[in-house]
Amino acid sequence: MSDLRDLYQEVILDHNKAPRNFHRLEGANRTAEGHNPLCGDQVRVYVLLADDRIGNIAFQGSGCAISKASASLMTASVKGKTRAEAEALFHAFHKMVTGEGGAAFDAGGLGKLAAFSGVREFPIRVKCATLPWHTLRAALEGRQEPVSTE
Amino acid sequence: MTSAGRTSATPIRRDSPPGFDVEKIREDFPILRVMAHGKPLVYLDNAATSQKPQVVIDRLREYYRAENANIHRGIHYLSERATEAYEDARAAVARFLNAAEPREIVFVRSTTEAINLVAQSYARPRLQPGDEVVISAMEHHSNIVPWQIVCEQTGAILRVVPINDAGELVLAEYERLLGPRTKFVAMVHVSNALGTVTPVRRIVELAHSRGVPVLLDGAQAAPRLPVDVRALDCDFYAFSGHKAYGPTGIGALYGKASLLEAMPPYQGGGDMILSVTFEKTLYNVIPFKFEAGTPHISGGIGLGAAVDYVSGIGLERIAAYEGDLLAYATDALAAIPGVRLIGTAKEKVGVLSFVLEGVHAHDVGTILDREGIAIRTGHHCAMPVMQRFGVPATARASLAFYNTRAEIDALAAAMHKVRELFG
Ligand SMILES: Cc1ncc(COP(=O)(O)O)c(C=O)c1O
Repeated sequence: MSDLRDLYQEVILDHNKAPRNFHRLEGANRTAEGHNPLCGDQVRVYVLLADDRIGNIAFQGSGCAISKASASLMTASVKGKTRAEAEALFHAFHKMVTGEGGAAFDAGGLGKLAAFSGVREFPIRVKCATLPWHTLRAALEGRQEPVSTE
Repeated sequence: MTSAGRTSATPIRRDSPPGFDVEKIREDFPILRVMAHGKPLVYLDNAATSQKPQVVIDRLREYYRAENANIHRGIHYLSERATEAYEDARAAVARFLNAAEPREIVFVRSTTEAINLVAQSYARPRLQPGDEVVISAMEHHSNIVPWQIVCEQTGAILRVVPINDAGELVLAEYERLLGPRTKFVAMVHVSNALGTVTPVRRIVELAHSRGVPVLLDGAQAAPRLPVDVRALDCDFYAFSGHKAYGPTGIGALYGKASLLEAMPPYQGGGDMILSVTFEKTLYNVIPFKFEAGTPHISGGIGLGAAVDYVSGIGLERIAAYEGDLLAYATDALAAIPGVRLIGTAKEKVGVLSFVLEGVHAHDVGTILDREGIAIRTGHHCAMPVMQRFGVPATARASLAFYNTRAEIDALAAAMHKVRELFG
């Protein structure tokens, strides 16, 4: 089960069980919905954007442990960040979970998000991990149509 | 549900049906020797597609090795052989469904195409605005969307017979929905998401007593139960080769000859005509009228080999063996704390849909996969069923007659691992 433990790290199991910022955000000025038709994951991200900074963020939805924990950890790590900083985190995260960064990828800058490093061994689960991020980007860009991973 | 371990909690209820040597049958399926993630493959995704016996694989090879030619049009030796093999396969499918004549079997791409064919060629010209088409709440999307399309095209209305908490058709509601405006009934025979066997005889009887024709979606039933279209008296019956131990890309539509004869073609092209001028084209006789263009010749021949193989074992024996295994698997899953079975119909065959409390089906699927166990997770192309039971997705283990109790034990053991991991 060692590779499974790499995928389902303690942090991920914890955030799946007790997701942070898991609620509707009153007063949000940006929101978007994401959907993974393959497994039925659904997420809505709420953002309060003020002066180009993510003042507050929350999410709702249902999904697998990977997508739920990813949404939870994402909200925790982008809160207070500027749009550009959040975008940079997304790119680093994306590199890590797709394995684009190679084996030597340094997840140091990702903080707790490094818990998702095991995802790269499970290619079909990459979409679960990235769905909340794509949805956040849609919200920040003010896109109207729901995000789909397909 | 108890928390006792599986071995002690699940007494063996019955022995396997006498004379069913599953180990011998497994030798017919070379893919069952594959290792998945270093573990022996446990293939429990048979409702998605079944594995193929060596006789089917050999038949496909032999066709391409020694018989390949286009059919119904050559005067040469190979073309004659290929045509004969293809038509023999049609006769084999007719026998498999107990159709009166081979010409009542139209080769199609799949169940999906069969249903679209009937929706467009049979129903569409007959439907008026306000007419009604009746389906059930446990249809696969392929027996929903073609009817939505034809309703859109004609102004007809789709009516849906509800199911109860066990996943059974509410027959009284069906009877109530059959009204003066009902023009067609399209109903699943075995639900792919729940395993429910619908009361097809009664469904047909009730519709016929009001002069309404019936199509049965047999995608899951044909590989699992003896099907006799004449005894059922259904007007159309559809199934897919790939779920019935045959190749992908081929399926069959049974239609009563009188109905098929009265229907316009579905697609135009070669082979479906008798003569063509720019003024007028004469259509070919059934079933060729519905088989425009060069068909999936090897697929048809492979399907013939598949149904002959299955019939050789015997659908009654297959149903008995799978029924026994289903009972064993039901007990095994029910003994796992937190497991809830979705679909508990009294009349049920080889499908176990379930959810595990606190763990998403997708995570269950990933963990089982690493144990070499193939199941399906998701909505199973039956999103209305998921909504009916208030779950976003289920995990689904679906059985075939080559599955064993040992494989069910492996499934149960892996489910305990899932629980362990998710604490
Ligand atoms: C009950 C049922 N109907 C129809 C279909 C569609 O079959 P196909 O994809 O082979 O056309 C399926 C396949 O999953 C099914 O289970």
